Amino acid sequence: MRVNGKGLVDRSTPLSFTFDGQAVDAFQGDTVASALLAAEVKLVARSFKYHRPRGVIGAGSEDPGALITVGSGAKSDPNVRATVQEVYGGLETRSQNCWPSLNFDILSLNDLASPFLSAGFYYKTFMWPKAFWEKLYEPVIRRAAGIGGLSGEHNPDTYEKAYAFCDLLVIGAGPAGLMAALTAGRAGVDVILCDEDSILGGRLNGETYEIGGVDGQGWAAATVAELAAMDNVRLMTRTTVTGAYDQGTFGALERVSQHLSTPGGQPVECFWRIVAKRSILAAGAIERPVAFRNNDRPGIMTASAVRTYLNRYGVASGQKVTIFANNDDAHRTARDLVAAGVHVAGVIDTRQDAPDSDDYEVHKGAEVCNTEGRKALEAVTFRFADGREDKLHTDCLAMSGGWNPSVHMTCHMNGRPTWDQDILSFVPTEGTIPGMITAGACNGVFSTHAALAQGMAAAESALGDLGVKSTKSDLPEAEDAPYRLKALWAVEGKGRAWLDFQNDVTVKDVKLAAAENFRSVEHMKRYTTQGMAPDQGKNSNVAALAVLADATGRGIPETGTTTFRPPYVPVSIAAMGAGAQGTGFAPQRFVTSHKASVDAGAPMIEAGLWYRPSYYPAPGETTWRQSCDREVNMVRNAVGICDVSTLGKIDLQGSGVGEFLDFVYTNMFSTLKVGKTRYGLMLREDGTVMDDGTTARLGESHFVMTTTTAAAGAVMGHLEFVRQCLRPDLDVQMISVTEQWAQFAVAGPKSRELLNGLLDEQIDDDSWPFMACGEVSVQGTKGRLFRISFSGEHAYEVAVPSRYGDSLYRMLVSRAEAMGGGAYGMEALNVLRIEKGHITHSEIHGRTNAFDIGFGKMVSAKKDCIGKTQSERPGLSGDDREQLVGLKPVGVVKQLSAGAHLFELDADPKRENEQGYTTSVGFSPTLESYLGLGFLKNGRARHGEEVMMVDHLRGITTRCVVSDPVFFDPEGGRVRG
Amino acid sequence: MADLIAKSPCAGLLPVTHGDVTLSEMDMTRMTSIAPFKGQDKAVSATLKDAHGMALPAANRATGKEGSRAVWFGQGQALLIGPEPVAALAEHAAITDQSDGWAAVRLEGAGAEDVLARLVPVDLRKSNFKRGHTARSQLMHIMVSITRVGDNAFLILAFRSMAKTLVHDLETAMQGVAARAAG
Repeated sequence: MRVNGKGLVDRSTPLSFTFDGQAVDAFQGDTVASALLAAEVKLVARSFKYHRPRGVIGAGSEDPGALITVGSGAKSDPNVRATVQEVYGGLETRSQNCWPSLNFDILSLNDLASPFLSAGFYYKTFMWPKAFWEKLYEPVIRRAAGIGGLSGEHNPDTYEKAYAFCDLLVIGAGPAGLMAALTAGRAGVDVILCDEDSILGGRLNGETYEIGGVDGQGWAAATVAELAAMDNVRLMTRTTVTGAYDQGTFGALERVSQHLSTPGGQPVECFWRIVAKRSILAAGAIERPVAFRNNDRPGIMTASAVRTYLNRYGVASGQKVTIFANNDDAHRTARDLVAAGVHVAGVIDTRQDAPDSDDYEVHKGAEVCNTEGRKALEAVTFRFADGREDKLHTDCLAMSGGWNPSVHMTCHMNGRPTWDQDILSFVPTEGTIPGMITAGACNGVFSTHAALAQGMAAAESALGDLGVKSTKSDLPEAEDAPYRLKALWAVEGKGRAWLDFQNDVTVKDVKLAAAENFRSVEHMKRYTTQGMAPDQGKNSNVAALAVLADATGRGIPETGTTTFRPPYVPVSIAAMGAGAQGTGFAPQRFVTSHKASVDAGAPMIEAGLWYRPSYYPAPGETTWRQSCDREVNMVRNAVGICDVSTLGKIDLQGSGVGEFLDFVYTNMFSTLKVGKTRYGLMLREDGTVMDDGTTARLGESHFVMTTTTAAAGAVMGHLEFVRQCLRPDLDVQMISVTEQWAQFAVAGPKSRELLNGLLDEQIDDDSWPFMACGEVSVQGTKGRLFRISFSGEHAYEVAVPSRYGDSLYRMLVSRAEAMGGGAYGMEALNVLRIEKGHITHSEIHGRTNAFDIGFGKMVSAKKDCIGKTQSERPGLSGDDREQLVGLKPVGVVKQLSAGAHLFELDADPKRENEQGYTTSVGFSPTLESYLGLGFLKNGRARHGEEVMMVDHLRGITTRCVVSDPVFFDPEGGRVRG
Repeated sequence: MADLIAKSPCAGLLPVTHGDVTLSEMDMTRMTSIAPFKGQDKAVSATLKDAHGMALPAANRATGKEGSRAVWFGQGQALLIGPEPVAALAEHAAITDQSDGWAAVRLEGAGAEDVLARLVPVDLRKSNFKRGHTARSQLMHIMVSITRVGDNAFLILAFRSMAKTLVHDLETAMQGVAARAAG
């Protein structure tokens, strides 16, 4: 029900939105919660476990009752608090966790079954039989208990991440935060002021306080206007600081466009990382509910929320409101309502000395012990100290058990709050977050005057730390009423009394946990789920602790509290991972020939971050194998072109490079002649093979190393470590030139003929023998030429500056095609190297050493190198090692598969009998057979022996003969031309 | 003889403008990494000054001006952008041609800082990151070099192969900033 003349909503801008398909009227400035209350919609949600009817309980992000789903389809957003969602024209909202409807929810039968669903029920009830858990019990429980669900569709919305830096971060824009920001802003430091609300002012907007002679709402607006005019102050509304992290870093979630009907390309949310030299926590306090029988009915709210709806939104939460409290503050609710013309049915106060009123009846020394009304509150029963009971017909109960300072952020770096007996709550412990000062209600002071004073003092202290002088301003006048309260956690009596509304945890559950010896607060939390999930104990923590303390006969400080962890409010993964959806997961790296390959119809496959062509389908080819076979034959018989730019290239210069390379490679490089290339093997410190590749010597103290595509980054990092930490004595300068050069393999018997058509100076075997390297001129452009071969053919790699990569590649391919060759992809490249027994990271996969791959002789005896000593440990060589071998099918089954296991012919193919495994396979059109590489126990001594390859996953069993891994041209005659 | 045709790293991708911020590709120019050999920093700096008019930049600094700039590029490294390096430099430093290795883009406009604040985790506000300041950092997922080259202008270098992702990430941030300014 709207109350005329009250509230900050814009009555001149009416809006309409839907809740469960029904149109609801609202005004600009309303939240879904305030609009539903105005429309007298009490039942908004169903509870987590028992599917109890629930309504709006609070007025801020702490509200545990009114969780709704916003939007529909792929864009739907579950578990949005109706108290946070601002209304816009056309907003679509739905209730959740109910079926078939909110009003008639079949699963509310759970409520009748509640004796079986108490804390720990699933630990006890569904223990046996074990197999039933996953298949039966869990799905049933998951269906029955829960909150909103995801759409299951790809999220089409955009989210954002951002960084911000400031001298002072002020968290919370209530009176303390505003005063702090004002003081710091006037002194000229860079200030960021964050508040999760859409308008700044905190509780001032929900109350009828006066500050400096004007009303609190007006003072807040004027202060915000002054701050907004300062260049050094950044106001961040709708931004919840979610966590405090190391080095003055804070996480914050900004709701950017969730309040807009037309976002106009703005992201939904932005996840901020704010780095501040100093911070002031002015997060306020949250009013705590009281546990009494059936205290969860729609219409039972916190007293401060009822004031907020009245003063901020101009909404009376009921027609006949009752107040139930243990403190003076809650009486403001009655006074504000009466002043606004709303009927107050009575105030029930547990204290005998509660303040009187002429406007409504005060029932002193009484407590509410039960309520009535299924889908909305109808009446409350209250009991006096002498046991006498009375009943009030009421449709709204405003309750207050006192206030809990929002100490959460001070606990994010493992700090523990301190119990304050005067206010019966926890307050922050000083110094738990370096550089943070706490002020106002979150610090346990509850008057407006104290909030303003602490805000100003905190800012002055921060300014002092920053070395900036404060420009003294006067503290405005404000109320300084004492905070008087009497302990009240749970009203004694039968039935269920809720502590944690969001997780459906009752007083009984906590007592049960204690009775079953889950007496530690951490155990109780896990046994009952109290304070878990989105709530993070905002509403229930202190009361639950008090009940546990009582049940275990300890005091609250001894019982302690559970840890408050970030985030303070739920943060969508989409916001934290903004930009990383789909292909945004990692950068994409494209070679200069990418477009030419795509134009040629090549399917591109990922190789690390790179995209490389799989194969190039020719007209008439319908399977990749046809293309691959053709491309292999092309290289063996004519000439093929392949972009090999993705291989890492590291430029090394300096007087110490030769010695440096001797240290990182197993074999000798200091003796390599200028103009020559050598294959090298690199070990990790533990003796396992790290990488392999060729290194060319371009000058006396100038080398270029190539690495594999996969290990380019790792090798660069390794070399930097060696240079900076292990061999700082050597003068070695290095930089990656991977991106500088577009490099293409030109492989096949016609490779030189092709190249000679492009090189400005002709080459032959004498000028450019096998393993030669040097500068060349390609069509007038300075390039490099290496006579190296991965295919086993007479081959070259030609490199030009990348700007010419696309052009040279197209030229090479068209000339190759004219000679009966063409481009070849990764599939053919793989078959070619398997035919030659050349290893890749399939073989040097992080568990094999030089001995295993048959390169033991490459570990030079003349010098030391990284990994040499460790590779000599016992067990890393000898007959027990699985050694690299070649495999060829000899039986009826002709297929090989990678990742299969090797067994002796008559052995049972099970783990205990395993003799080795396959690493790479491919069909060789050259040898017209499948070929495989693999590791076999003592394999080098077993050439000629037959073994069984068993692929248990794919169901393939193939009889194979073991051979040398080099299947084709073992003498290497072809590479020499 | 058919000449090879040069293609710039961001060919076909730039320029783009969103709101008041424009992202454009720098004209391809000579880029050379200079890594002084042991104890040769002073000699390199003197040679650079004589030949190209700028000192060897200290960590996180850039020297020189538009068209002839030296940018700190990491531990013991600077990148000379613009001039063909004088041969004498090679006596004191490892000289490596990097002209084709980097996509070089310029982000310019009143909202440029806001755009980078969505991608780069270092404080690039003018009060902290002035003209002549440079940083090696990350932009979204990409390792980059960022130099303030004007009041509202930044030079950003990223691996050539990542040009498309670089432009995509910058453009997404530009769109977000422009949409907020408009909204």
